[in-house]
Amino acid sequence: MNNEFRFFPEQASTLAPEVDALTLFVVATTVGVTLLVFFLLLLFAVLFRRRSDDHYPKPIHGNVPLEIIWCVIPTVICVVMFVWGVKVYSNIVVAPVDSMDIYVVGRQWMWKIQHPSGQREINALHVPVGRPVKLTITSEDVIHSFFVPAFRVKQDAVPGRYTSMWFQATKPGVYQIYCAEYCGTEHSRMIGKVTVMEEGDFQKWLSEGAENGQALQGRKLFTKLQCITCHSGNAQAKAPNLEGIYRKHIPISHQSGVKTPEGTKIFADDSYLRESILYPNAKVAAGWESIMPTYQGLATEEELLQVIAYIRSLQQGQTPPRLETTPTPASIQEKSSQKGEK
Amino acid sequence: MSQLELKSGVTHAEQAHEVHEKPNYLNHDHSVMSWLYTLDHKRIGILYLVSITAMFILGGIMAALVRVELSTPKGDFLTADTYNKSFTAHGVIMLFFFLIPSIPAVMGNFALPLMIGARDVAFPRLNLLSYYLYALGAGIGMVALLYGGVDTGWTFYTPYSSTYSNSYVTVMAVGLFCIGFSSILTGLNFVVTVHRMRCPGLTWFRLPLFIWAIYATSVVQLLGTPVIAITLALLGVERTLGVGIFDPRLGGDPVLFQHMFWFYSHPAVYIMILPSLGLISEVIATFSRKNVFGYKIIALSSVTIAVFGFIVWAHHMFTTGISPYAAMVFSFLTFSVAIPSGIKVFTWLATMYKGAISFETPMIYGIAFIGLFTIGGVTGLYLSTLGMDIHLHDTYFVVAHFHYIMVGGAILGFMAGLHFWWPKITGRMYSDFWGKLGAGIIFIGFNFTFFPQFILGYLGMPRRYHEYPEELQLLNVMSSAGATILAIGYTLPLIYLTHSFFWGEKAGKNPWGATTLDWTATDSPPSPHNFDQIPVVTEEPYHFERKEAGVVSH
Repeated sequence: MNNEFRFFPEQASTLAPEVDALTLFVVATTVGVTLLVFFLLLLFAVLFRRRSDDHYPKPIHGNVPLEIIWCVIPTVICVVMFVWGVKVYSNIVVAPVDSMDIYVVGRQWMWKIQHPSGQREINALHVPVGRPVKLTITSEDVIHSFFVPAFRVKQDAVPGRYTSMWFQATKPGVYQIYCAEYCGTEHSRMIGKVTVMEEGDFQKWLSEGAENGQALQGRKLFTKLQCITCHSGNAQAKAPNLEGIYRKHIPISHQSGVKTPEGTKIFADDSYLRESILYPNAKVAAGWESIMPTYQGLATEEELLQVIAYIRSLQQGQTPPRLETTPTPASIQEKSSQKGEK
Repeated sequence: MSQLELKSGVTHAEQAHEVHEKPNYLNHDHSVMSWLYTLDHKRIGILYLVSITAMFILGGIMAALVRVELSTPKGDFLTADTYNKSFTAHGVIMLFFFLIPSIPAVMGNFALPLMIGARDVAFPRLNLLSYYLYALGAGIGMVALLYGGVDTGWTFYTPYSSTYSNSYVTVMAVGLFCIGFSSILTGLNFVVTVHRMRCPGLTWFRLPLFIWAIYATSVVQLLGTPVIAITLALLGVERTLGVGIFDPRLGGDPVLFQHMFWFYSHPAVYIMILPSLGLISEVIATFSRKNVFGYKIIALSSVTIAVFGFIVWAHHMFTTGISPYAAMVFSFLTFSVAIPSGIKVFTWLATMYKGAISFETPMIYGIAFIGLFTIGGVTGLYLSTLGMDIHLHDTYFVVAHFHYIMVGGAILGFMAGLHFWWPKITGRMYSDFWGKLGAGIIFIGFNFTFFPQFILGYLGMPRRYHEYPEELQLLNVMSSAGATILAIGYTLPLIYLTHSFFWGEKAGKNPWGATTLDWTATDSPPSPHNFDQIPVVTEEPYHFERKEAGVVSH
């Protein structure tokens, strides 16, 4: 960045000109109103200054047309701002369906980023120019906020849930990432750079140093964490087949231990998959017993993202065969033996 | 010189002698105990004034530390931890220990019974208890600061505050809990006082507008403060006992805290600004010698703002991932607060129109207030516009906006009130020259400090940053330079007001020619029981007319 004085940060996303156009409208109207108030304030102060100690003006009690005018005009201005604001906001919150996914985990005090192809980076984000990018964001500890002023977007990273934001970069360059939500001692050092690259350069960058795709790492975890034991996708399975369930509406039978009405379905998105791994009883798939142990504390946020990436990639018939050497999770054995006693 | 004094020059000496004989609330008893055990609303107001002034100085020192640090991009003056504790202390002290009690507890206590023709508030003992709860809470807060401070920011967002912070969060929460009860009791006291203690003839629509504003504020204090007390208690429970309420690791919800916190803390902004709005109506009317334009609309707009203040809280949370539909509703409701606020500005202008305006210090503060409150108000629109708030949220734009409301609005309102009632409080006049000079310096210093922060915010500088990129230094240096001017501006009133308290000219009963009972029916300073006879009101307020005697103006 150069050192010239500027009022607007660089415009580097498709959203930036939209936000700035709205800003210019709001600036123009509010500066107009403010200058009018200042002008009248000074004008009245001069015109109606006290001429003598004996100067007692006539009271004025009200003026209905005037009062209607100063209620209606601000209302109209506010409605225009509101509607325009909602229009821009809906473009900010709704990501295009063909967005490229990238995963962001915040922690005190760094941004950890994973690409589906397996590239990982810290406090840096590489994206291609001209393609919509959707970030799925969470936090390992406290609330952070992922903020790129040049893109005019910001999204809190909230522990315990996934949030998302999207942007489409419009020109190659390096832009600032800030953490915008106060997160402790080194908050102001939780910064980084977005590097926007031409598509070709980006593909080259992606292929460098990516040993394993995110889904492949997830596949390893799927075996290591013994998910495969029950979600085996065959006749012996004790848990639902996960092939092709991502972003489908699937029927559930229980929610937080309470039976749900027949035919209740939920949308199997990233948040649902995460919740089901950490809180298996939150929403139980119909037709299956709730025997899954919680994985709280057994997988980091990054590992969870890898497992989810694997489930996302899992197509019909792709569940790997279960190796007989893979033990069943200990807690499941306990649970099933307790059941047997009853 | 006044008509009265010219006419009655001969008897003046005799009167002065009489005045000396007649005890007022300041001199009828000089013992320390008579102050510490006082049930007199005027003396309790003075106790608050002294306490919050001390808090203001401390909060100002914290702000100075922050601005010195930010004059360079590197963190070279304070460590990151000390910096975080400084801005937290600045926020907590200025909001909870200074602004919330400032106008309600100082001006409200002093002026409310005088303005409604009552001998005291409804519950004088409760009033003293409020003060001691405030003192206790502030004392506990000081203990937390002295032992090492708090580093969470004044917003105490979880799970940072409940699980991760290693600072004295619980102690501070206990202090704020006490202060909260002080605020609730004061609110309760004032609501009952306005309902039950108005003098004969003083109907609701004859109340001075300051009373309407204090009444609306008191209702907010009464209804809103319990929520922050509960929230802080839950924070303490999670922090000390590990019960999962806000931390997702313990099964809690961190965003729940924000909902609960802002359910109080947004209305709390109106606790700070509403009394100023009422007070400015008094000042503008008095110094324009004209009735307030659209009296009923101004009175009711105070109540409307108070009610709407309760249903806009989630506009602080647009980036937390709340439902987009909720965001739209809260954006819309936020815009609807703009209308009654705008009406107030227009009615002040209409009040000045064809008035007979004089420019003593309170009016200078009043005019400065209208200007700065307008800027603070319209920049609120930037933040309620959803598409813009996503970019501006948690940047210096927000910092600038709320300082325009809280300093440009609430503090200048407080200064206007202090200079307005000073002759009534002390019976003495301060130097108008030094008063105006102070107001001018504060106005210039304030704008220099906070206007660059709007631009910093749009450029993307996040709040609560100890270090920042080098290209933002110029604006930060402007801001720090402005803060220096502002500090000089704040120091002046401390000097000339203190001087006038001992050596100022005697003020006389009604130096501004105001029409409300506090000026027309009491001496300066008032007697311990305010009125020799309970006054009877026969007309609307702000009826300025030539009087045969008793009108004293400069």
